[in-house]
Order: sequence, then structure tokens, then C-alpha cells
Amino acid sequence: MKSTVTIRDINFLKEKARVLRMEILKMLTEAGSGHTGGSLSAADIVTVLYFCKMRHKPEEPKWRERDRFILSKGHAAPLLYAALSLSGYFEKPLLKTLRKLGSPLQGHPCSKKLPGVEISTGSLGQGLSVANGIAIGLKLDGLNSRVYCLLGDGEIQEGQVWEAAMTASHYRLDNVCAIIDNNGLQIDGYCSDVMSIEPIVDKWRAFGWHVIDINGHDMKAILDAFDEAETVKGKPTMVVARTVKGKGVSFFEGKVQYHGITPTPEELKKALKELEENGK
Amino acid sequence: MGSREQKSEVRSQKSNTLSPPFSKRGKEGFIATRDAYGEALLELGEKRADVVVLDADLSGSTKTGKFAKAFPERFYNLGVSEQDLIGTASGLSLAGKLPFASTFAVFETGRAWEQIRQTVCYSKLNVKLVATHSGITVGEDGASHQAVEDVALMRVLPNMTVIVPSDGNETRQVINAIVDYSGPVYVRLGRAKVPAVMPDDYKFKIGKAYTFHMGRDANIVAMGIMVSTSLEAARILKDEGLDIGVINMSTVKPLDTKTLLKVSKACKLIVTAEEHSIIGGLGSAISEFLSENYPTKIRRIGLIDDFGCSGSPEELLKLYGLTPDNIVKTIKEALT
Repeated sequence: MKSTVTIRDINFLKEKARVLRMEILKMLTEAGSGHTGGSLSAADIVTVLYFCKMRHKPEEPKWRERDRFILSKGHAAPLLYAALSLSGYFEKPLLKTLRKLGSPLQGHPCSKKLPGVEISTGSLGQGLSVANGIAIGLKLDGLNSRVYCLLGDGEIQEGQVWEAAMTASHYRLDNVCAIIDNNGLQIDGYCSDVMSIEPIVDKWRAFGWHVIDINGHDMKAILDAFDEAETVKGKPTMVVARTVKGKGVSFFEGKVQYHGITPTPEELKKALKELEENGK
Repeated sequence: MGSREQKSEVRSQKSNTLSPPFSKRGKEGFIATRDAYGEALLELGEKRADVVVLDADLSGSTKTGKFAKAFPERFYNLGVSEQDLIGTASGLSLAGKLPFASTFAVFETGRAWEQIRQTVCYSKLNVKLVATHSGITVGEDGASHQAVEDVALMRVLPNMTVIVPSDGNETRQVINAIVDYSGPVYVRLGRAKVPAVMPDDYKFKIGKAYTFHMGRDANIVAMGIMVSTSLEAARILKDEGLDIGVINMSTVKPLDTKTLLKVSKACKLIVTAEEHSIIGGLGSAISEFLSENYPTKIRRIGLIDDFGCSGSPEELLKLYGLTPDNIVKTIKEALT
């Protein structure tokens, strides 16, 4: 069925993630501004969600029984846009309008402008609360849809995240599965230097969450984590995904300066070549 | 200075019961707008299964506790966390529910302002923010708990509707009216008991002001508890031969510009009256509109770039000049 792709083939997912990364790099270069590193680091997680795990209908974005995805780290908008486009929510040429005047592809996701975006984000720390609210609503309606929420690791420095962490646990929202894209970097440098967030796993466990600690670039591990989350009853799940910022392009990987900088045309050429070779 | 009768009447009331000198209707008509909200919400819960209510550990004071007791499965206490309150309410709205999120005005609009901006207003969600304990009539708790900036904070947000009911009857109608409107709404309620001011046959409509009387000398445009205060000021001035009108501008946004133009053209002076800072609230909204569209002499009654403080509501209203006497004095000075 077109609407709910559930292809559990690791090679298929790897290929999707590779194409996703290429689209991200192309649209960011075209836009000339935007967030490269954090879009690439979460690409494998989002690939598993959009092309395997989530039940959704690109032709019916408001389908009542869909699983929801909240991009709390809204600056990874290019990643969301690429996933939506490759899923069939809109035509690929639209990706070229990212950040341009009149485009539905705003610098940070806007739900009023682009179908498929559940809620406008960009100001960090707010997505998990929204995910909880949706999850409560779904439970009230007796729907078994799940709510996925992707957070940045720097983002969890926001106090509201911990308010929401308590709420999900207090109301036993086992239909919430959050993911931390733990690439270890934020705008001003290493998270450990700017504002230490460790021990992440212990923190979420202490807040009453089921925590799964994985390599965020291992497709099988990501898939297994989401499967496991579905079996957990009475508590929300946090997937701590250990990732590499700029993942997929060797000369971007682990570099803090590529948080909010886009590739130059030359860098794009090199990056695409590298990704193409990886696909062979 | 209040009259001797006024003072004795003040003493006869409980500290959270306002006793303006025109309280000839007796105490029976007195109800806090937060109490009217609690009752309206309860009725709404019976009528509409999609209504959900959220609070941040103040359900006893905001009166959402009544709904919580009747519909525990549709009530969510978020604890002391206003930002999460707004976010969770937003999520419930996205799931097709009709959320009412309540806490004290200063915390709802101040602590969670950016959540209201980013998540509620930018996405134009159908979230109803009904805050209580606005203004200085919170009383003894002091400035930390007295929101005198909330209307300014909410009015500046695109997609937001701002409503300040004047009494219990109007509050009940407002709560029912906003259910039929899709989009973010901020409703500002109070702690203290206030007299009924709106006529029995009054019908509230979002964006429509109510004209008690259109004055030829001056018109007072008021919101909330200042409507009753303004009515008394107009009565005092009538005895002195001045024709003063009173308009209840309960919807501060969108402003009823049609009524505003009409009353401005009919008189020499517009006085705005609000239990709020004169910066950014009703007085500002009216000044902004009139200065561009029909320049009119304006005087603003409200808190003059100041915080509140501890004291009884009556003492505070007097201290900050939110009294009939001060309105009378202001009008007289402006007209001479």
C-alpha cells in the first residue's frame, strides 16, 4: 500500500537515507543558509520513521489514524522537507525554494504553510509538550497511533523539556516515543563545554522514561528501538541516538562550524560525489 | 477622596469583594468572573465531549476545579509548569480537542508568552487561554501575582483575540461564544467579586462593544471591572450637568473601531479605563486607532508604568486611581 510503507529492508533504508542526505545538501546549498550538521546527523532516524515505521498517508496529511512526527529541533527543517518530499507530500522541485520569499518551506517548519508539518517549530524546547498533548488526545479517542518527537541534544537544556518529561511519565503516555539526536555539538561548541547534558540516559530514566541507548546511524538498531518502544506499556520511551554531526559527508563530520553553515557549490560537488560513491 | 458612605460600605465587604459606591443592587449581584467561568465550563463540559481543561496547580483558584471534579478524564493538571501547560493544550488541539488552559494571568501570559507565540498563535491553534487573577484586585498577594501587562502581551500577537469581560453574565456568554470561534483566544478574568453591570438582555458578540450611553461631552471606553467604575463616574458627572457616555470594549482585539469612531465623533474627549498598565493595553489600542483615523483628545486611566503592591483590592484601586473620583477629576480637567 502506497500510504503506509513498511519495508523493513535495511539496504532499502540505507539507500533512502543516502538520497535524503543528497537532497538536504542540494537544497541547503541552493538556499545559501540553514542548518547542515543537525539535518545530516538525524537523517537515519527520520528515514526509518518516514519510510518504515510510521503509518501515514502523504495524499491525506490529516489522516486521523496517522502516526505523528514532531520535529522539536526545528532547525533540521531541511531533513523534514526532504523526507516529506520523498514520501510524496509534495513535488521535489519545491525543495529548491527553501528559505525563499513566498515558499512554504520556511527556514523553520510552519504547519500553516506546509501540509505534513504537524506543528510549527523552531524555538527550541516546545515540541515534546505538544507531542504529549497529541498523545493524550489520541488516547481519549481510543486511537493507537503513536507520536514521535525528535529533539536535539543541546535542546534538552531548555527547562520546558523537563516539564514535558514529567508530564509524559505522569500521564503514562506509552504512545510517546521521543528521540534525542545526540551529536554532542551545539552552536557554541561541544555540549559538554557549553552546558553539560550528561548523564542523558540516567536523567531520562530518573524522570520515569524507558530509555534505549543506540548508535543513531545503525539502521537495524534504530528500527529495533522503535519496535521495542511499541512494546513498552505505561511509560514513554526515549531513544538516545548517539550520532555524528554532519554524518555522511566526511569533511563535515563532527565539525561544530557546520551547525548553521551551508555547503559552498564546490563542497556540494565533493559531498555529492562522496555520497554517490557510498551508494555504489 | 471617597465619601464617608463609600468608606463604610467598603469596610462592610469582605476583602475580595469590590464595593463600588453604586452597589445599590446589593451583594446579590456580585460574582467574581472566575466563578462565572467555573460554572460556564461545567455546563460546557456537559454539552461538549471535545472540551478538555488544563491547569497548572491552581484549579482551586481559577475555578477549573469544578470541571475537574465532574469530568476527571478530561481534566489535566500539569503541575507548576506553565510552558508545558500551553504546549500540552496545543497538542490536544491538534488532536481535535477543544482545550481550555487556565492559570493566573501573570504566569499564563508572562511565563509562557513565547510558547503562546510560537506554538499557539503562529500555528493558529484553537486553544482557549482563560486566565484569572488579572490586575491589582488580586490584592494582598502583591505585584508578583498581579498581571498589569497581560493584555499588552497578548494583543501584540498575530491571530490572537483578546477579551476582557466586565461581569459574571458577560463572562458566561464569552466562554460560550469563544467555543464557536476557531482560533486562539485570551480571556482575562479577575479574582474579586464584581457587580453585575450588563443588562439582562445583553448579547455578547466577539468584536462588538456595548454602548451604555453615548455622551456629548466625553465618552469613557472601559474594559473589565472598570466598566462599573466608569458608569459611576458618568453618573456623578451627570449630576454636575455633563453628558458622559460609557462603552464596554470587552473585546480589546479585534477592536470595535466602528463604535469607537462613532462615539469619538459625538464628543470632545475619550477617556480609557483599564485595570492594566496604560502602556500596551486598551488605552494604547484606542490611542493607536484614533490618532491615525480620527485624532481625538484622549486621557488614559490605568497603572502608569508601575507595578501593583499588597493591600486590599479597594485600597489598591484607590492608590492607583482606578476610582470613579479619579475618572471624574480627569474628565473635568481635560474638558476645561
